[in-house]
Amino acid sequence: MKKLLIANRGEIAVRIARTARDMGIETLLVASEPDAESLAARTADHVVVVGPAAAPASYLNQDAVITAALDNGCHAVHPGYGFLSENAAFARKVADAGLIWVGPDADAIEMMGNKSMARESARKAGVPVLRGSDGPLDPAADAVDVARGIGYPLVVKASAGGGGRGIRFVNSEDELLETIDMARGEAASVFGDPTVYLERFVQHARHVEVQVLGDGTSFIHLGDRDCSMQRRSQKVIEEAPAPDLPDSVRQTIRESSVELARECGYSGAGTVEFLYDPVNHEAAFIEMNTRIQVEHPITEQITGIDLIREQLLIAFTGAMSVRQDDIRFSGHAIECRINAEDTDNNFFPSPGLITVMEWPAGDGVRVDTGVEAGSTVSPYYDSMLAKLIVHADTRESAIEAMLAALDGTRIEGVKTTIPVHKLLLGRPEFAAVSHHSKFIETVADLMEAK
Amino acid sequence: MATIVSPLPGIFYRKPGPGKPPFANEGDAIVVGQTLGIIEIMKQFTEIQSDVAGTLESFEVNEGDMVNPGDAIVVVREG
Repeated sequence: MKKLLIANRGEIAVRIARTARDMGIETLLVASEPDAESLAARTADHVVVVGPAAAPASYLNQDAVITAALDNGCHAVHPGYGFLSENAAFARKVADAGLIWVGPDADAIEMMGNKSMARESARKAGVPVLRGSDGPLDPAADAVDVARGIGYPLVVKASAGGGGRGIRFVNSEDELLETIDMARGEAASVFGDPTVYLERFVQHARHVEVQVLGDGTSFIHLGDRDCSMQRRSQKVIEEAPAPDLPDSVRQTIRESSVELARECGYSGAGTVEFLYDPVNHEAAFIEMNTRIQVEHPITEQITGIDLIREQLLIAFTGAMSVRQDDIRFSGHAIECRINAEDTDNNFFPSPGLITVMEWPAGDGVRVDTGVEAGSTVSPYYDSMLAKLIVHADTRESAIEAMLAALDGTRIEGVKTTIPVHKLLLGRPEFAAVSHHSKFIETVADLMEAK
Repeated sequence: MATIVSPLPGIFYRKPGPGKPPFANEGDAIVVGQTLGIIEIMKQFTEIQSDVAGTLESFEVNEGDMVNPGDAIVVVREG
């Protein structure tokens, strides 16, 4: 019998343990001390406590995780998402210890983790990338000419910048040269490097993404998702398929994502993320996530494919069970990430004891959670309590079904983001798909502490 | 002496990140508004700033300790 170590917690650990059990794979969960009795711990066949609450001492403790795997006769490690899932060094250590890494190899993780290498391989594979100066803007080049090729508005970015710093907007040609001069001067004094590059700026961009699977030989997509409803770059509501996308754009992002997976001999589940410009109907590569994604259930609901099962099949047998021709799409799915946050207090985290937790039931409703009534939501980890997922025939009926599902949910003891989900789903902009990834921030009454 | 207390529950850190130097040390001159540490709660970070000027006398909690609202974080000798 195969034995799988789950190096994660919460809903994704429960999710992985359930599919593993269905496949006849024994599971061992590594847990922090306060998680030793969690729903995930009770779902897995075995639990090993690897450290105290703080993640660096437990869930991020690479040696403790590998030791637990070796001491307990595990054959493979599933990292879930977050924590060690995109840590190439850890993936390499797992493989070097003679264990199977449930995910793409360390080289693929490393390549996709490097912004310029990822962009370069995307371009080689024919994935549309954001138009830009393609590397540093040569001080000797005719910047006006380069900018004409990119189009306005554009941004001048300091190569050594990051985290939103060292970025200047240019709306038209007459502002260009002056802005570049200022940006170079600023970059030199702030970052010690005057190098800048130009990139197209997309206003009101949507976030769309393509789910891919590869087993090193075959590479397929499982359609697209839209995750434009975000707060501070954290996804709040996701849906599949991506609504209101021209057929040609949908086809381009799907096919080129498969080519990107092929280009790196990808093995496992991955997601290629795009900015979508709804005005110019153009998509551009953001990054590829080399792991299972939080929002994978909406793809499962519209395809009927269990993505965790495919991950485990690829890891253990070297082959996925589906071909592109097998993938059929049916209806529309929406996921709401229900977080323990106080929406009356600027989304401040709300840890504590969950006294009541009741979920809606019925056709087309799915709940992925790692907590239940009696669970304590710890201040040590992220605030996601559960993912509420609905599947219906059309987008309109899925929105209605989600509103009904939210109405049928009762959580007490901690504050949750359910009121904001209801508000967002009822907005005309969401119905019309005119929302974008900065929408929540721009709607003042959603953001202000009431 | 002025005591800077935590306004919120969470985990206290003296450094902005692993391997980085602490925001402040015992004996440092402190100005109003200076960051002395951060409190992490569920992946959200809040800076703890001094509301007085003076000399940092002592830290009342250790790196990585869980704190509750009202818990003393730092004592500053005013002046």
